[in-house]
Amino acid sequence: MKVLVAVKRVIDYNVKIRVKPDHSDVDLTNVKMAMNPFCEIAVEEAVRLKEKGIATEVVAVTVGPKAAQEQLRTALALGADRAIHVETDERVESLGVAKLLKGVVDQEKPDLVILGKQAIDTDNNQTGQMLAALAGLPQGTFASAIGIEAGEIEVTREIDGGLQTVALKLPAVVTSDLRLNEPRYAKLPDIMKAKKKPLETHTPESLGLTVSAAPALLKVETPAERKGGVKVASVDELVDKLKNEAKVL
Amino acid sequence: MSILVLAEHHDGQLASATAHVVGAARTIGGDVDLLVAGNHVTGVAESAAKLEGVTRVRVADAPAYAHQLAEPLADLLVSLADDYTHVLAASSTTGKNVLPRLAALKDVNQISDILDVESADTFKRPIYAGNAIATVQSADPLKVITVRTTAFEPVGASGSASVEAVDFVADNTLSRFIGEDLAQSDRPELGNARIVISGGRGMGNGDNFKLLDAVADKLGAAVGASRAAVDAGFVPNDMQVGQTGKIVAPELYIAVGISGAIQHLAGMKDSKVIVAINKDDDAPIFQVADYGLVGDLFELLPELEQKL
Repeated sequence: MKVLVAVKRVIDYNVKIRVKPDHSDVDLTNVKMAMNPFCEIAVEEAVRLKEKGIATEVVAVTVGPKAAQEQLRTALALGADRAIHVETDERVESLGVAKLLKGVVDQEKPDLVILGKQAIDTDNNQTGQMLAALAGLPQGTFASAIGIEAGEIEVTREIDGGLQTVALKLPAVVTSDLRLNEPRYAKLPDIMKAKKKPLETHTPESLGLTVSAAPALLKVETPAERKGGVKVASVDELVDKLKNEAKVL
Repeated sequence: MSILVLAEHHDGQLASATAHVVGAARTIGGDVDLLVAGNHVTGVAESAAKLEGVTRVRVADAPAYAHQLAEPLADLLVSLADDYTHVLAASSTTGKNVLPRLAALKDVNQISDILDVESADTFKRPIYAGNAIATVQSADPLKVITVRTTAFEPVGASGSASVEAVDFVADNTLSRFIGEDLAQSDRPELGNARIVISGGRGMGNGDNFKLLDAVADKLGAAVGASRAAVDAGFVPNDMQVGQTGKIVAPELYIAVGISGAIQHLAGMKDSKVIVAINKDDDAPIFQVADYGLVGDLFELLPELEQKL
């Protein structure tokens, strides 16, 4: 079966972000970028399916500017067979991305699409669900385990208070949660090999699509900083303050 | 304006999150209806009808809606959405699962995890794990919104809404429920506990979390953990507080052996009072704590338990 895995280029999760002085957005100039951590988990799961002989081909896809090809090369180094770049410089949010991915799904006809549950920049947690809706497919979100058998995929989902397992008819869309797997690091020889793997470029226009308008971003601010309080010298003092000053006990 | 709120319920009980989402809906203004979807949910609908400010409770009671699967629930919401200008749900795993599916089927954007309402179409929401707050405006005819419940006051329970059945029954052949494994605990749920005590990598191992349990039992608190403690295998992921775990805002948050990584702070910095217990005087957690106690947690926790 064919697995399509979507990845996103985001600010590296270790970077402390800065808001632009004019409050128009977060400042991305000269900031280290990387593959979204949840997307790394999605790629890893797709590659493991291939290693187990369940998947025959793993295709990585991204929507974004030219530079996002770096993240596709990373996916290829991690084990994807080929990559598709839908190139656009517009600010595309979840609905727009989901529509473009639906265009790729129509062309590629994968049996399974795996995405990260959320990107760590916009924190939307929408794209996988929206793609499933647009493509008329079932969805297994926040997956911590998957198993494929007889035209179905069983997805164990991390829900509030525990786990839920659902069976979905294939083709299906799965979004990865943290515990699905621990992604590998790309090895140098694989990084070299990845440079020669096929990478196909599209634009929204070449897919016959337009980019849907994202909600207007009116302002971006730094949240009010919480001020540190006092150090207490002992457990007695702590309990006293909590009872008599903060009045929370 | 008219708003539909998807009610959250578990085991035949209306979840407290729903009163917070109705609170957010009231801030937007207009008529507020509640949708209770599930199997055998008469009791839930009765509790929902008592929420203040709710005009009408619409009840979709059918086996198709058991277990809150996204595919039938989204189809149900699509069948009702044309009556409304806004559809709201909690930013719970149910709301996050179902609402984007509704939004895409209605060809509109979703605004996730709102913290504040500026106007009927303009909202504040956290981005970059709460390290920035975006003000966003939706131009869509239908606003599909998930709500960070800790950011809105709950409505009271002295209302009396009408209750009406919804006829639409979704036909779901795409997905099936297999099973559930829910943590059994006598303690309050992490998301809405009045007091939360969390442990980090400084706890050393999973066994030592018993020290936190003992304090939690005295306080009636929920027990959480940092991502570092989860990654180290001390405790399961559903205890994780932080950007990639649960967002909590209790009256009292006690962080024990937690250094205070950005990822953790994103999940608890809106707590009313924060206490940090850490042996490292320079730990970043002290920069956000109202009360800091420097010392060995293995001595301090038993002493704290004893003195409460």
